[in-house]
Amino acid sequence: MKVLVPVKRVIDYNVRPRVKADQSGIDLANVKMAMNPFDEISIEEAVRMKEKGLATEIVIVSIGPAQAQETIRIGLAMGGDRGILVQTDAAVEPLAVAKILAKIVEAEQPGLVIAGKQAIDDDSNATGQMLAALLDWPQATFASAVAKDGETLKVTREVDGGLETLALQLPAVVTTDLRLNEPRFASLPNIMKAKKKPIDTKSPADYGVDITPRLSVVKVTEPKKREAGEKVADVDALIAKLKSAGAI
Amino acid sequence: MAVLVLAEHSNAALNDVTAKTVAAAQAFGGDIDVLVAGHNAGAAAAEAAKLSGVRKVIHVEGADFANALAEAIEALVVPMMSSYDAFFAPATSIGKNVSPRIAAKLDVMQVSEITKVIDASTFERPIYAGNAIMTVKSSDAKKVVTVRGTAFKAVESSGSAPVETAAAPAGPFKAAFVSAEIAKSDRPELASAKRVVSGGRALASAEQFNQYILPLADKLGAGVGASRAAVDAGYAPNDYQVGQTGKVVAPELYVAIGISGAIQHLAGMKDSKIIVAINKDEEAPIFQIADYGLVGDLFKIVPELTSKL
Ligand SMILES: Cc1cc2nc3c(=O)[nH]c(=O)nc-3n(C[C@H](O)[C@H](O)[C@H](O)COP(=O)(O)OP(=O)(O)OC[C@H]3O[C@@H](n4cnc5c(N)ncnc54)[C@H](O)[C@@H]3O)c2cc1C
Repeated sequence: MKVLVPVKRVIDYNVRPRVKADQSGIDLANVKMAMNPFDEISIEEAVRMKEKGLATEIVIVSIGPAQAQETIRIGLAMGGDRGILVQTDAAVEPLAVAKILAKIVEAEQPGLVIAGKQAIDDDSNATGQMLAALLDWPQATFASAVAKDGETLKVTREVDGGLETLALQLPAVVTTDLRLNEPRFASLPNIMKAKKKPIDTKSPADYGVDITPRLSVVKVTEPKKREAGEKVADVDALIAKLKSAGAI
Repeated sequence: MAVLVLAEHSNAALNDVTAKTVAAAQAFGGDIDVLVAGHNAGAAAAEAAKLSGVRKVIHVEGADFANALAEAIEALVVPMMSSYDAFFAPATSIGKNVSPRIAAKLDVMQVSEITKVIDASTFERPIYAGNAIMTVKSSDAKKVVTVRGTAFKAVESSGSAPVETAAAPAGPFKAAFVSAEIAKSDRPELASAKRVVSGGRALASAEQFNQYILPLADKLGAGVGASRAAVDAGYAPNDYQVGQTGKVVAPELYVAIGISGAIQHLAGMKDSKIIVAINKDEEAPIFQIADYGLVGDLFKIVPELTSKL
Protein backbone atom coordinates (compact mmCIF):
# COMPACT_ATOMS: atom_id res chain seq x y z
CA MET A 1 0.00 0.00 0.00
CA LYS A 2 1.27 3.39 -0.99
CA VAL A 3 0.88 6.16 1.62
CA LEU A 4 0.65 9.83 0.74
CA VAL A 5 1.63 12.41 3.36
CA PRO A 6 1.00 16.10 2.72
CA VAL A 7 3.25 18.48 4.67
CA LYS A 8 3.21 22.24 5.20
CA ARG A 9 6.02 24.67 5.90
CA VAL A 10 4.91 26.93 8.73
CA ILE A 11 6.33 29.24 11.38
CA ASP A 12 8.32 27.30 13.99
CA TYR A 13 6.04 26.60 16.95
CA ASN A 14 8.53 28.21 19.35
CA VAL A 15 8.37 31.56 17.58
CA ARG A 16 5.92 34.17 18.80
CA PRO A 17 4.17 35.48 15.67
CA ARG A 18 4.19 39.25 15.10
CA VAL A 19 1.40 41.07 13.32
CA LYS A 20 2.56 43.40 10.52
CA ALA A 21 2.10 47.11 11.19
CA ASP A 22 0.00 47.51 8.04
CA GLN A 23 -2.39 44.77 9.30
CA SER A 24 -1.90 42.73 6.13
CA GLY A 25 -0.79 39.57 7.92
CA ILE A 26 1.96 38.01 10.03
CA ASP A 27 5.54 39.13 9.51
CA LEU A 28 7.40 36.05 8.28
CA ALA A 29 10.55 37.83 7.06
CA ASN A 30 13.61 36.29 8.75
CA VAL A 31 11.42 34.11 10.94
CA LYS A 32 12.41 30.52 11.66
CA MET A 33 10.21 28.15 9.67
CA ALA A 34 9.68 24.43 10.22
CA MET A 35 7.48 21.53 9.27
CA ASN A 36 3.98 21.76 10.79
CA PRO A 37 4.33 19.57 13.94
CA PHE A 38 1.27 17.46 13.11
CA ASP A 39 2.82 16.60 9.73
CA GLU A 40 5.90 15.20 11.47
CA ILE A 41 3.51 12.91 13.34
CA SER A 42 1.93 11.90 10.00
CA ILE A 43 5.28 11.02 8.48
CA GLU A 44 6.30 9.08 11.58
CA GLU A 45 3.11 7.03 11.37
CA ALA A 46 3.68 6.29 7.68
CA VAL A 47 7.27 5.27 8.35
CA ARG A 48 6.20 2.95 11.17
CA MET A 49 3.65 1.36 8.82
CA LYS A 50 6.42 0.81 6.30
CA GLU A 51 8.69 -0.69 8.95
CA LYS A 52 5.89 -3.12 9.86
CA GLY A 53 5.50 -4.10 6.20
CA LEU A 54 2.06 -2.43 5.96
CA ALA A 55 3.16 0.36 3.63
CA THR A 56 5.26 -0.09 0.53
CA GLU A 57 6.07 3.48 -0.47
CA ILE A 58 5.73 6.89 1.20
CA VAL A 59 5.17 9.91 -1.04
CA ILE A 60 5.55 13.32 0.61
CA VAL A 61 3.73 16.25 -0.96
CA SER A 62 4.00 19.93 -0.18
CA ILE A 63 2.20 22.83 -1.78
CA GLY A 64 4.06 26.05 -1.22
CA PRO A 65 7.10 28.15 -2.07
CA ALA A 66 10.44 26.80 -3.34
CA GLN A 67 11.67 26.52 0.26
CA ALA A 68 8.97 23.92 0.96
CA GLN A 69 11.43 21.60 -0.75
CA GLU A 70 13.46 21.71 2.49
CA THR A 71 10.37 20.59 4.38
CA ILE A 72 9.93 17.67 1.99
CA ARG A 73 13.63 16.78 2.47
CA ILE A 74 13.10 16.51 6.22
CA GLY A 75 10.28 14.09 5.54
CA LEU A 76 12.49 12.10 3.18
CA ALA A 77 15.19 12.00 5.86
CA MET A 78 12.63 10.65 8.34
CA GLY A 79 11.86 7.78 5.95
CA GLY A 80 9.81 9.07 3.04
CA ASP A 81 10.69 7.63 -0.39
CA ARG A 82 10.06 10.50 -2.77
CA GLY A 83 8.55 13.94 -2.88
CA ILE A 84 6.27 16.12 -4.94
CA LEU A 85 6.51 19.89 -4.60
CA VAL A 86 3.60 21.83 -6.06
CA GLN A 87 5.34 25.14 -6.19
CA THR A 88 3.55 28.44 -5.75
CA ASP A 89 4.23 31.65 -3.85
CA ALA A 90 0.52 32.35 -3.54
CA ALA A 91 -1.36 31.70 -0.32
CA VAL A 92 -3.26 28.47 -0.94
CA GLU A 93 -6.40 27.82 1.10
CA PRO A 94 -7.29 24.36 2.42
CA LEU A 95 -9.98 23.91 -0.26
CA ALA A 96 -7.45 24.45 -3.08
CA VAL A 97 -4.87 22.30 -1.28
CA ALA A 98 -7.46 19.53 -1.02
CA LYS A 99 -8.26 19.87 -4.74
CA ILE A 100 -4.59 19.60 -5.71
CA LEU A 101 -4.13 16.63 -3.37
CA ALA A 102 -7.19 14.95 -4.88
CA LYS A 103 -5.55 15.21 -8.32
CA ILE A 104 -2.32 13.79 -6.96
CA VAL A 105 -4.26 10.94 -5.35
CA GLU A 106 -5.88 10.23 -8.73
CA ALA A 107 -2.45 9.98 -10.34
CA GLU A 108 -0.66 8.15 -7.52
CA GLN A 109 -3.47 5.86 -6.28
CA PRO A 110 -2.34 5.62 -2.65
CA GLY A 111 -4.27 3.37 -0.28
CA LEU A 112 -4.03 5.88 2.54
CA VAL A 113 -3.47 9.60 3.03
CA ILE A 114 -2.15 10.67 6.45
CA ALA A 115 -2.37 14.41 7.07
CA GLY A 116 -1.95 16.61 10.13
CA LYS A 117 -5.20 17.62 11.84
CA GLN A 118 -4.40 21.30 11.57
CA ALA A 119 -1.64 23.64 10.49
CA ILE A 120 -0.44 25.78 13.38
CA ASP A 121 -0.44 28.95 11.25
CA ASP A 122 -4.00 29.32 9.96
CA ASP A 123 -5.49 26.80 12.43
CA SER A 124 -8.19 25.84 9.91
CA ASN A 125 -8.41 22.11 10.63
CA ALA A 126 -10.02 21.41 7.25
CA THR A 127 -7.72 20.00 4.55
CA GLY A 128 -7.92 16.28 5.40
CA GLN A 129 -11.69 16.30 5.73
CA MET A 130 -12.06 18.27 2.46
CA LEU A 131 -9.80 15.83 0.64
CA ALA A 132 -11.81 12.86 1.95
CA ALA A 133 -15.04 14.50 0.75
CA LEU A 134 -13.66 15.31 -2.72
CA LEU A 135 -12.53 11.70 -3.11
CA ASP A 136 -15.65 10.25 -1.48
CA TRP A 137 -13.35 8.44 0.92
CA PRO A 138 -14.02 7.71 4.58
CA GLN A 139 -12.08 9.68 7.15
CA ALA A 140 -10.82 9.42 10.70
CA THR A 141 -9.70 12.75 12.08
CA PHE A 142 -7.69 13.45 15.27
CA ALA A 143 -6.14 9.97 15.32
CA SER A 144 -4.34 8.69 18.41
CA ALA A 145 -3.95 5.07 17.25
CA VAL A 146 -4.00 3.45 13.80
CA ALA A 147 -4.07 -0.31 13.13
CA LYS A 148 -4.49 -2.07 9.79
CA ASP A 149 -6.73 -5.10 9.76
CA GLY A 150 -6.91 -6.53 6.22
CA GLU A 151 -8.67 -4.00 4.04
CA THR A 152 -9.98 -2.03 7.00
CA LEU A 153 -8.18 0.50 9.09
CA LYS A 154 -9.08 0.79 12.76
CA VAL A 155 -8.49 4.30 13.99
CA THR A 156 -8.88 5.60 17.52
CA ARG A 157 -9.79 9.29 17.60
CA GLU A 158 -9.45 11.94 20.27
CA VAL A 159 -12.93 13.41 20.66
CA ASP A 160 -14.39 15.94 23.10
CA GLY A 161 -15.63 13.32 25.55
CA GLY A 162 -12.67 10.94 25.34
CA LEU A 163 -11.82 8.38 22.66
CA GLU A 164 -13.74 6.82 19.78
CA THR A 165 -12.74 4.01 17.44
CA LEU A 166 -13.84 3.82 13.80
CA ALA A 167 -13.34 1.14 11.15
CA LEU A 168 -12.59 2.62 7.72
CA GLN A 169 -12.68 0.88 4.37
CA LEU A 170 -9.47 1.61 2.52
CA PRO A 171 -8.60 3.84 0.75
CA ALA A 172 -9.10 6.45 3.44
CA VAL A 173 -7.89 9.72 4.92
CA VAL A 174 -6.53 9.90 8.48
CA THR A 175 -5.61 13.12 10.26
CA THR A 176 -3.18 12.96 13.14
CA ASP A 177 -3.41 14.22 16.70
CA LEU A 178 -0.61 14.81 19.19
CA ARG A 179 -0.74 11.47 20.98
CA LEU A 180 -0.42 9.24 17.88
CA ASN A 181 3.36 8.89 18.17
CA GLU A 182 6.55 10.74 18.93
CA PRO A 183 8.24 11.66 15.66
CA ARG A 184 11.85 10.63 15.25
CA PHE A 185 14.66 13.04 14.52
CA ALA A 186 16.28 12.54 11.15
CA SER A 187 19.82 11.23 11.66
CA LEU A 188 22.73 12.83 9.84
CA PRO A 189 23.31 9.79 7.55
CA ASN A 190 19.61 9.78 6.69
CA ILE A 191 19.70 13.51 5.96
CA MET A 192 22.59 12.83 3.57
CA LYS A 193 20.72 9.94 1.94
CA ALA A 194 17.58 12.05 1.59
CA LYS A 195 19.47 14.47 -0.64
CA LYS A 196 19.50 11.79 -3.33
CA LYS A 197 15.82 10.95 -3.09
CA PRO A 198 13.77 12.34 -5.99
CA ILE A 199 11.48 15.37 -5.69
CA ASP A 200 9.20 16.21 -8.62
CA THR A 201 8.39 19.88 -9.02
CA LYS A 202 4.96 20.79 -10.34
CA SER A 203 2.66 23.79 -10.40
CA PRO A 204 -1.03 24.11 -9.44
CA ALA A 205 -1.74 24.64 -13.17
CA ASP A 206 -0.29 21.20 -13.92
CA TYR A 207 -3.23 19.81 -11.99
CA GLY A 208 -5.73 22.22 -13.53
CA VAL A 209 -6.68 23.59 -10.13
CA ASP A 210 -7.74 27.21 -9.71
CA ILE A 211 -6.18 28.35 -6.43
CA THR A 212 -7.78 31.79 -6.32
CA PRO A 213 -8.63 32.37 -2.64
CA ARG A 214 -12.29 32.43 -1.64
CA LEU A 215 -11.56 34.30 1.55
CA SER A 216 -10.00 37.72 1.24
CA VAL A 217 -8.13 39.09 4.22
CA VAL A 218 -9.67 42.36 5.33
CA LYS A 219 -7.14 42.81 8.12
CA VAL A 220 -5.02 41.00 10.65
CA THR A 221 -4.77 42.60 14.07
CA GLU A 222 -3.31 41.94 17.50
CA PRO A 223 -5.65 40.26 19.95
CA LYS A 224 -6.76 42.20 23.00
CA LYS A 225 -3.80 42.42 25.36
CA ARG A 226 -4.20 41.01 28.80
CA GLU A 227 -2.38 42.96 31.46
CA ALA A 228 -0.30 41.07 34.00
CA GLY A 229 -1.99 41.30 37.37
CA GLU A 230 -0.30 41.06 40.72
CA LYS A 231 1.61 38.50 42.71
CA VAL A 232 0.03 37.64 46.02
CA ALA A 233 2.05 36.68 49.10
CA ASP A 234 0.25 33.57 50.25
CA VAL A 235 -2.90 31.46 50.11
CA ASP A 236 -4.81 33.76 52.49
CA ALA A 237 -4.06 36.77 50.32
CA LEU A 238 -5.16 34.83 47.22
CA ILE A 239 -8.46 33.85 48.82
CA ALA A 240 -9.06 37.44 49.92
CA LYS A 241 -8.43 38.71 46.38
CA LEU A 242 -10.72 36.11 44.82
CA LYS A 243 -13.45 36.95 47.32
CA SER A 244 -13.27 40.66 46.67
CA ALA A 245 -13.27 40.02 42.91
CA GLY A 246 -16.42 37.94 43.37
CA ALA A 247 -14.74 34.89 41.83
CA ILE A 248 -15.48 32.62 44.80
CA MET B 1 -31.72 34.30 3.86
CA ALA B 2 -31.68 31.03 5.82
CA VAL B 3 -29.10 29.31 7.99
CA LEU B 4 -28.89 25.63 8.88
CA VAL B 5 -27.33 25.08 12.32
CA LEU B 6 -25.98 21.65 13.22
CA ALA B 7 -27.01 20.80 16.78
CA GLU B 8 -24.47 19.25 19.13
CA HIS B 9 -26.16 16.81 21.48
CA SER B 10 -25.84 13.52 23.30
CA ASN B 11 -29.17 12.23 21.90
CA ALA B 12 -30.58 12.53 25.42
CA ALA B 13 -29.79 16.22 25.79
CA LEU B 14 -28.75 19.26 23.81
CA ASN B 15 -25.22 20.56 24.37
CA ASP B 16 -24.98 24.17 25.51
CA VAL B 17 -22.76 25.05 22.53
CA THR B 18 -25.77 24.66 20.22
CA ALA B 19 -27.42 27.75 21.76
CA LYS B 20 -24.16 29.65 21.24
CA THR B 21 -23.99 28.55 17.61
CA VAL B 22 -27.57 29.76 17.14
CA ALA B 23 -26.47 33.11 18.60
CA ALA B 24 -23.73 33.33 15.96
CA ALA B 25 -26.28 32.43 13.27
CA GLN B 26 -28.54 35.23 14.56
CA ALA B 27 -25.70 37.70 14.16
CA PHE B 28 -25.37 36.43 10.58
CA GLY B 29 -29.08 36.98 9.96
CA GLY B 30 -32.01 35.25 8.29
CA ASP B 31 -34.21 32.32 9.28
CA ILE B 32 -32.54 29.74 11.48
CA ASP B 33 -33.31 26.04 11.30
CA VAL B 34 -31.61 23.62 13.69
CA LEU B 35 -30.73 20.12 12.51
CA VAL B 36 -30.79 17.43 15.17
CA ALA B 37 -29.40 14.27 13.57
CA GLY B 38 -29.26 11.50 16.14
CA HIS B 39 -30.47 8.16 17.36
CA ASN B 40 -33.34 8.25 19.85
CA ALA B 41 -32.71 11.97 19.94
CA GLY B 42 -36.29 13.13 20.51
CA ALA B 43 -35.33 14.77 23.80
CA ALA B 44 -32.52 16.73 22.17
CA ALA B 45 -34.85 17.84 19.37
CA ALA B 46 -37.43 18.99 21.91
CA GLU B 47 -34.78 21.05 23.71
CA ALA B 48 -33.63 22.54 20.40
CA ALA B 49 -37.23 23.60 19.68
CA LYS B 50 -37.11 25.82 22.77
CA LEU B 51 -34.12 27.83 21.59
CA SER B 52 -35.13 31.43 20.97
CA GLY B 53 -35.03 32.68 17.41
CA VAL B 54 -35.32 29.28 15.75
CA ARG B 55 -37.77 28.92 12.84
CA LYS B 56 -37.94 25.12 12.99
CA VAL B 57 -36.09 22.03 14.11
CA ILE B 58 -35.38 19.25 11.65
CA HIS B 59 -35.12 15.97 13.50
CA VAL B 60 -33.53 13.07 11.62
CA GLU B 61 -33.22 9.62 13.14
CA GLY B 62 -30.62 7.11 12.05
CA ALA B 63 -28.29 4.59 13.65
CA ASP B 64 -25.31 6.19 11.89
CA PHE B 65 -26.08 9.44 13.71
CA ALA B 66 -25.79 7.86 17.15
CA ASN B 67 -22.11 8.71 17.08
CA ALA B 68 -22.23 11.53 14.54
CA LEU B 69 -20.53 9.69 11.68
CA ALA B 70 -19.10 12.38 9.40
CA GLU B 71 -19.93 10.55 6.16
CA ALA B 72 -23.58 10.18 7.19
CA ILE B 73 -23.97 13.81 8.27
CA GLU B 74 -22.37 14.97 5.02
CA ALA B 75 -24.80 12.82 3.00
CA LEU B 76 -27.71 14.30 4.96
CA VAL B 77 -26.69 17.96 4.91
CA VAL B 78 -25.31 18.50 1.39
CA PRO B 79 -28.65 18.01 -0.42
CA MET B 80 -30.44 20.13 2.23
CA MET B 81 -28.13 23.05 1.50
CA SER B 82 -30.02 23.91 -1.71
CA SER B 83 -32.51 25.63 0.62
CA TYR B 84 -29.93 27.46 2.76
CA ASP B 85 -27.40 30.24 2.40
CA ALA B 86 -25.18 29.14 5.25
CA PHE B 87 -24.26 26.15 7.40
CA PHE B 88 -23.14 26.85 10.97
CA ALA B 89 -21.69 24.16 13.22
CA PRO B 90 -20.05 24.43 16.63
CA ALA B 91 -16.24 24.10 16.53
CA THR B 92 -16.34 20.90 18.59
CA SER B 93 -14.75 17.60 17.67
CA ILE B 94 -17.98 16.74 15.83
CA GLY B 95 -18.33 20.08 14.03
CA LYS B 96 -14.66 20.22 13.09
CA ASN B 97 -14.89 16.67 11.76
CA VAL B 98 -17.90 17.08 9.52
CA SER B 99 -18.09 20.74 8.40
CA PRO B 100 -15.10 20.74 6.03
CA ARG B 101 -16.59 17.71 4.25
CA ILE B 102 -19.78 19.65 3.65
CA ALA B 103 -17.83 22.74 2.56
CA ALA B 104 -15.77 20.77 0.04
CA LYS B 105 -18.89 19.13 -1.40
CA LEU B 106 -20.44 22.58 -1.85
CA ASP B 107 -17.16 23.93 -3.29
CA VAL B 108 -16.94 26.44 -0.45
CA MET B 109 -13.93 27.45 1.63
CA GLN B 110 -14.92 26.98 5.27
CA VAL B 111 -14.44 29.83 7.71
CA SER B 112 -13.13 27.98 10.76
CA GLU B 113 -13.78 28.81 14.39
CA ILE B 114 -15.21 32.28 14.06
CA THR B 115 -15.27 34.54 17.11
CA LYS B 116 -17.34 37.34 15.58
CA VAL B 117 -19.79 37.93 12.73
CA ILE B 118 -19.22 41.33 11.11
CA ASP B 119 -21.77 40.94 8.30
CA ALA B 120 -23.21 38.16 6.14
CA SER B 121 -19.87 37.52 4.45
CA THR B 122 -17.29 38.89 6.92
CA PHE B 123 -16.05 37.12 10.03
CA GLU B 124 -13.32 37.34 12.62
CA ARG B 125 -11.29 34.28 13.54
CA PRO B 126 -8.12 33.73 15.56
CA ILE B 127 -5.05 32.42 13.74
CA TYR B 128 -1.52 31.51 14.89
CA ALA B 129 -2.69 30.14 18.25
CA GLY B 130 -4.70 33.28 18.88
CA ASN B 131 -1.70 35.55 18.46
CA ALA B 132 -3.55 37.34 15.68
CA ILE B 133 -7.15 37.98 14.79
CA MET B 134 -7.95 37.77 11.09
CA THR B 135 -10.97 39.42 9.52
CA VAL B 136 -11.95 37.57 6.34
CA LYS B 137 -14.55 38.21 3.69
CA SER B 138 -15.92 35.17 1.94
CA SER B 139 -16.75 35.39 -1.77
CA ASP B 140 -18.47 31.99 -1.80
CA ALA B 141 -22.19 31.98 -2.62
CA LYS B 142 -22.92 29.88 0.46
CA LYS B 143 -21.04 30.13 3.75
CA VAL B 144 -19.82 27.20 5.79
CA VAL B 145 -18.74 28.30 9.23
CA THR B 146 -17.65 26.71 12.49
CA VAL B 147 -18.27 28.71 15.65
CA ARG B 148 -16.11 29.05 18.75
CA GLY B 149 -18.65 28.68 21.54
CA THR B 150 -16.80 30.79 24.10
CA ALA B 151 -17.11 33.85 21.84
CA PHE B 152 -20.93 33.90 21.74
CA LYS B 153 -23.59 34.23 24.42
CA ALA B 154 -26.13 31.42 24.30
CA VAL B 155 -29.63 32.33 23.16
CA GLU B 156 -32.42 31.86 25.71
CA SER B 157 -34.63 28.78 25.83
CA SER B 158 -37.93 30.60 25.67
CA GLY B 159 -39.05 29.67 22.15
CA SER B 160 -41.31 26.97 20.80
CA ALA B 161 -40.38 26.13 17.24
CA PRO B 162 -42.09 23.31 15.35
CA VAL B 163 -40.19 20.02 14.99
CA GLU B 164 -40.24 18.40 11.56
CA THR B 165 -38.81 15.04 10.75
CA ALA B 166 -36.81 14.10 7.66
CA ALA B 167 -35.44 10.84 6.31
CA ALA B 168 -31.90 9.67 6.95
CA PRO B 169 -29.70 9.10 3.90
CA ALA B 170 -29.28 5.50 2.86
CA GLY B 171 -26.05 3.89 3.93
CA PRO B 172 -23.95 1.92 4.17
CA PHE B 173 -21.05 4.30 4.62
CA LYS B 174 -17.39 3.49 4.21
CA ALA B 175 -16.70 4.29 7.85
CA ALA B 176 -18.33 2.55 10.79
CA PHE B 177 -18.39 3.22 14.50
CA VAL B 178 -16.67 0.50 16.53
CA SER B 179 -16.50 1.69 20.13
CA ALA B 180 -16.03 4.67 22.40
CA GLU B 181 -14.41 5.30 25.73
CA ILE B 182 -16.26 8.28 27.10
CA ALA B 183 -15.52 8.99 30.74
CA LYS B 184 -18.59 9.74 32.85
CA SER B 185 -18.03 12.44 35.38
CA ASP B 186 -20.18 14.45 37.76
CA ARG B 187 -17.87 17.45 37.32
CA PRO B 188 -18.95 20.31 35.08
CA GLU B 189 -18.04 19.83 31.44
CA LEU B 190 -14.71 21.54 30.72
CA ALA B 191 -15.84 23.57 27.69
CA SER B 192 -18.78 25.20 29.47
CA ALA B 193 -17.69 25.15 33.15
CA LYS B 194 -17.89 28.45 35.06
CA ARG B 195 -14.65 27.54 36.82
CA VAL B 196 -11.74 25.44 35.60
CA VAL B 197 -8.75 24.04 37.48
CA SER B 198 -5.91 22.85 35.22
CA GLY B 199 -2.75 20.95 36.05
CA GLY B 200 0.52 20.79 34.14
CA ARG B 201 3.67 18.75 33.86
CA ALA B 202 4.65 19.71 37.41
CA LEU B 203 2.07 17.27 38.79
CA ALA B 204 4.55 14.55 37.75
CA SER B 205 2.15 11.57 37.87
CA ALA B 206 -1.47 10.62 37.33
CA GLU B 207 -1.74 9.82 41.05
CA GLN B 208 -0.59 13.27 42.07
CA PHE B 209 -2.77 14.92 39.39
CA ASN B 210 -5.78 13.21 40.95
CA GLN B 211 -4.60 13.81 44.51
CA TYR B 212 -3.92 17.55 44.13
CA ILE B 213 -6.06 18.85 41.26
CA LEU B 214 -9.35 17.01 41.75
CA PRO B 215 -10.10 17.99 45.38
CA LEU B 216 -9.49 21.65 44.56
CA ALA B 217 -11.72 21.37 41.50
CA ASP B 218 -14.45 19.74 43.57
CA LYS B 219 -14.18 22.41 46.26
CA LEU B 220 -14.67 25.05 43.57
CA GLY B 221 -17.28 23.11 41.62
CA ALA B 222 -14.91 23.40 38.70
CA GLY B 223 -14.24 21.47 35.52
CA VAL B 224 -10.77 19.94 35.18
CA GLY B 225 -8.25 20.79 32.47
CA ALA B 226 -4.61 20.03 31.73
CA SER B 227 -1.69 21.16 29.63
CA ARG B 228 -0.53 19.12 26.67
CA ALA B 229 2.54 18.04 28.63
CA ALA B 230 0.34 16.58 31.39
CA VAL B 231 -1.82 14.76 28.83
CA ASP B 232 1.13 13.46 26.80
CA ALA B 233 2.68 12.07 29.98
CA GLY B 234 -0.56 10.28 30.84
CA TYR B 235 -1.33 12.31 34.00
CA ALA B 236 -4.70 13.33 32.57
CA PRO B 237 -6.93 12.05 29.73
CA ASN B 238 -6.76 13.62 26.25
CA ASP B 239 -10.10 15.36 26.54
CA TYR B 240 -8.70 17.53 29.38
CA GLN B 241 -6.23 19.32 27.09
CA VAL B 242 -6.73 23.06 26.97
CA GLY B 243 -5.07 25.03 24.20
CA GLN B 244 -4.52 25.76 20.53
CA THR B 245 -5.00 22.15 19.61
CA GLY B 246 -7.22 21.11 22.50
CA LYS B 247 -10.26 22.78 24.02
CA VAL B 248 -10.84 26.50 24.24
CA VAL B 249 -12.34 27.62 27.53
CA ALA B 250 -13.33 31.02 28.91
CA PRO B 251 -14.63 30.46 32.44
CA GLU B 252 -15.16 33.07 35.16
CA LEU B 253 -12.17 31.58 36.98
CA TYR B 254 -9.23 29.62 35.54
CA VAL B 255 -6.62 28.23 37.93
CA ALA B 256 -3.38 27.11 36.22
CA ILE B 257 -1.29 24.89 38.47
CA GLY B 258 2.24 23.93 37.51
CA ILE B 259 1.71 25.16 33.96
CA SER B 260 4.41 27.34 32.39
CA GLY B 261 2.16 29.26 29.98
CA ALA B 262 3.35 28.29 26.48
CA ILE B 263 1.53 30.21 23.72
CA GLN B 264 -0.23 26.99 22.72
CA HIS B 265 -1.73 26.70 26.20
CA LEU B 266 -2.61 30.40 26.46
CA ALA B 267 -4.53 30.09 23.17
CA GLY B 268 -7.07 27.95 24.99
CA MET B 269 -7.62 29.96 28.17
CA LYS B 270 -6.55 33.58 27.86
CA ASP B 271 -10.11 34.82 27.47
CA SER B 272 -10.98 33.56 30.95
CA LYS B 273 -12.33 36.31 33.19
CA ILE B 274 -9.97 35.80 36.13
CA ILE B 275 -6.79 33.79 35.82
CA VAL B 276 -4.89 32.45 38.83
CA ALA B 277 -1.43 30.94 38.37
CA ILE B 278 0.44 28.82 40.88
CA ASN B 279 4.00 28.15 39.80
CA LYS B 280 7.32 27.86 41.59
CA ASP B 281 9.16 29.80 38.87
CA GLU B 282 8.47 33.51 39.28
CA GLU B 283 9.58 34.08 35.69
CA ALA B 284 7.05 31.62 34.23
CA PRO B 285 5.21 33.25 31.28
CA ILE B 286 1.83 32.31 32.78
CA PHE B 287 2.32 35.16 35.27
CA GLN B 288 2.27 37.67 32.39
CA ILE B 289 -1.42 37.02 31.85
CA ALA B 290 -2.50 35.97 35.35
CA ASP B 291 -4.60 38.32 37.46
CA TYR B 292 -3.31 36.72 40.64
CA GLY B 293 -0.04 34.84 40.78
CA LEU B 294 1.25 32.81 43.68
CA VAL B 295 4.90 31.80 43.50
CA GLY B 296 5.71 28.59 45.31
CA ASP B 297 5.50 24.83 45.49
CA LEU B 298 2.12 23.59 44.34
CA PHE B 299 2.40 20.52 46.56
CA LYS B 300 2.25 22.86 49.59
CA ILE B 301 -0.01 25.58 48.18
CA VAL B 302 -2.76 23.50 46.61
CA PRO B 303 -3.67 21.45 49.74
CA GLU B 304 -3.66 24.62 51.83
CA LEU B 305 -5.89 26.39 49.30
CA THR B 306 -8.24 23.42 49.11
CA SER B 307 -8.62 23.20 52.88
CA LYS B 308 -9.12 26.95 53.38
CA LEU B 309 -11.79 27.41 50.71
C1 LIG C 1 1.74 21.46 17.62
C2 LIG C 1 1.68 21.76 19.08
C3 LIG C 1 0.47 21.91 19.69
C4 LIG C 1 0.38 22.16 21.04
N1 LIG C 1 -0.86 22.31 21.60
C5 LIG C 1 -0.94 22.54 22.94
C6 LIG C 1 -2.22 22.71 23.58
O1 LIG C 1 -3.28 22.67 22.94
N2 LIG C 1 -2.24 22.90 24.92
C7 LIG C 1 -1.10 22.96 25.68
O2 LIG C 1 -1.19 23.12 26.92
N3 LIG C 1 0.10 22.82 25.10
C8 LIG C 1 0.20 22.60 23.75
N4 LIG C 1 1.45 22.43 23.20
C9 LIG C 1 2.62 22.28 24.10
C10 LIG C 1 3.18 23.57 24.62
O3 LIG C 1 4.09 24.09 23.67
C11 LIG C 1 3.94 23.30 25.95
O4 LIG C 1 4.94 22.34 25.72
C12 LIG C 1 3.03 22.79 27.07
O5 LIG C 1 1.90 23.62 27.20
C13 LIG C 1 3.80 22.76 28.37
O6 LIG C 1 3.03 22.18 29.40
P1 LIG C 1 3.33 22.56 30.92
O7 LIG C 1 3.18 24.02 31.09
O8 LIG C 1 2.49 21.65 31.75
O9 LIG C 1 4.83 22.07 31.11
P2 LIG C 1 6.15 22.91 31.32
O10 LIG C 1 6.33 23.91 30.28
O11 LIG C 1 7.23 21.91 31.55
O12 LIG C 1 5.87 23.70 32.66
C14 LIG C 1 5.80 23.13 33.92
C15 LIG C 1 5.73 24.28 34.92
O13 LIG C 1 5.58 23.76 36.21
C16 LIG C 1 6.34 24.53 37.13
N5 LIG C 1 6.60 23.68 38.29
C17 LIG C 1 7.40 22.58 38.37
N6 LIG C 1 7.35 22.06 39.60
C18 LIG C 1 6.51 22.82 40.33
C19 LIG C 1 6.03 22.78 41.67
N7 LIG C 1 6.42 21.82 42.52
N8 LIG C 1 5.17 23.73 42.07
C20 LIG C 1 4.76 24.72 41.23
N9 LIG C 1 5.18 24.80 39.95
C21 LIG C 1 6.03 23.86 39.51
C22 LIG C 1 7.55 24.92 36.34
O14 LIG C 1 8.12 26.11 36.90
C23 LIG C 1 7.00 25.14 34.94
O15 LIG C 1 6.62 26.49 34.74
C24 LIG C 1 1.55 22.24 21.82
C25 LIG C 1 2.78 22.11 21.20
C26 LIG C 1 2.87 21.89 19.85
C27 LIG C 1 4.19 21.75 19.21
